Amino acid sequence: MRILLPIKRVIDPYAKVKPLGDGSGIDTGNVKFDVNPFDEIAVEEAVRMKEKDPSIETIAISIGGAECEDQLRKCLAMGADKAILVESTREHDPSTIAHELKAWVEELKPDLILMGKQSTDGESNQVGQMLAALLGWPQATYASKITIEGGNIEVVRETDSGEETLTLPLPAVVTTDLRLNEPRYIALPGIIRARNKPLEKATEKSNKEPNIRYTKFQSPPARPAGRKVANVTELLAALSERGVSL
Amino acid sequence: MSRALFVCFDSEESALVTGCAAALGLPFDTLMLSGEGGAGDKSFVAGFEAVPPADGLAEALLSLSGQYGRIAFVSSMRSKDLAGRLAGLLDAAMLTDVIAVESADTFHLPMVAGSIVTTAKVTDGTLVFTFRPSNFAKDLPSTTGSTEKIALTPASRTQRTKAAARSGGRPDLAQAKIIVTGGRPLKDAATFEAVLGGLADKLGAAVGATRAAVDSGIAANELQVGQTGKIVAPDLYIAAGVSGSTQHMAGIKDSKIIVAINTDADAPIFESADFGLVQDLFTALPEIQAAAKGT
Repeated sequence: MRILLPIKRVIDPYAKVKPLGDGSGIDTGNVKFDVNPFDEIAVEEAVRMKEKDPSIETIAISIGGAECEDQLRKCLAMGADKAILVESTREHDPSTIAHELKAWVEELKPDLILMGKQSTDGESNQVGQMLAALLGWPQATYASKITIEGGNIEVVRETDSGEETLTLPLPAVVTTDLRLNEPRYIALPGIIRARNKPLEKATEKSNKEPNIRYTKFQSPPARPAGRKVANVTELLAALSERGVSL
Repeated sequence: MSRALFVCFDSEESALVTGCAAALGLPFDTLMLSGEGGAGDKSFVAGFEAVPPADGLAEALLSLSGQYGRIAFVSSMRSKDLAGRLAGLLDAAMLTDVIAVESADTFHLPMVAGSIVTTAKVTDGTLVFTFRPSNFAKDLPSTTGSTEKIALTPASRTQRTKAAARSGGRPDLAQAKIIVTGGRPLKDAATFEAVLGGLADKLGAAVGATRAAVDSGIAANELQVGQTGKIVAPDLYIAAGVSGSTQHMAGIKDSKIIVAINTDADAPIFESADFGLVQDLFTALPEIQAAAKGT
């Protein structure tokens, strides 16, 4: 069985970011980058599957500039077997990424695509579903538990009000949610050791043009500063002044 | 691009679309996946008892949705599951969590845990989008036109074998006027339920939790408020034992009034709270509960 792991390089999800002064982009000057945390959960899940069944092959793939190699090396250090960097410096939107991934799926023929439900920077929550649609494969989003049995995959997934269980025939696209697992910590020596694992550099296969342009980046309006209250009585009085009586 | 279709999972969502529809400025119809006829010039009623899995459903929606230039959904996990699939099938552009509409092709949406608001322009073709109803006008009078039954026959390859709702009769986080949220200081599930749940029930409020509380097993996952959980916008948000991480604040910043209760006077949440009370939540919350008249 082969598992494909689409990876996005994202702004450190714990960093505080600001737009550039002219609103043309996000100020990434002093910001670190990391593997999208939801994609990292997907890599962890695939590596755990492989630990149980060594015949499984796991391939991490990322689309972006040469710097994405850092994130792919981390995935290799976590236990992915090989990595592909599709070098691209042009503008993308979720649809162009889904089209590029589709082209790679046709070449690599994975049985399962495991990826984050969304990235922590763009937060689109689209690529997995779009890719599944383009391929005509079934999908299970927001997975919190995955079990593979024969040609099927059983996914417990988060819903707005609780959870549900889906059974899908393979091949399929599954997107990961937070509760699925806790990714292993990779220390620097692990990343250095992973330097011997294969990382292939490739060019884009799809020439789909984006049909969304991001024209301006701004800070959201700040909430006006509030004030401290001394005790519950004062709090309830303050709320009452704002028209809220509990 | 002459018309818009608002796809609603149930009747409650139908009441949330009029504000966004007005901002979009296009004539619109609704498709009610379940429930009765909704807003718009025409309301298509699909009549599902349980809305089927996204793969088959998206395909069944193709012929109807193909007649519209804009296809909109109220933001939720279930709508994003379906909307992404539909956009893929239509090879359409998609925008997630629209918070403002400049024109029928220019939209505002949050990014990076709400730290950035980006303007996105659709350059070509059909657009599928989801929107946060809390950012649009509420209670606009809705036109009610004709209702038409529509037979959708999805052939899903995905089977739903089990579904479990876990909320215990409290208001939904997305709809609640008051939310009481707790963090890790609530210690364990029983304490969380007793202290927060008790206050919530007195106030008729929904209960929320921080990611830390969910991760440590104190609260159920669907209660998680924040960037990676639910985005909420109640009239009153009471955060007890919540430090106020960027991720959490991204999910609550559209609340009308934020109250923070925390023993740590330097907790970042106090910077964004309208009213901050530096006090142990275990004394403050029962005091509020005792003083409140209740619903």
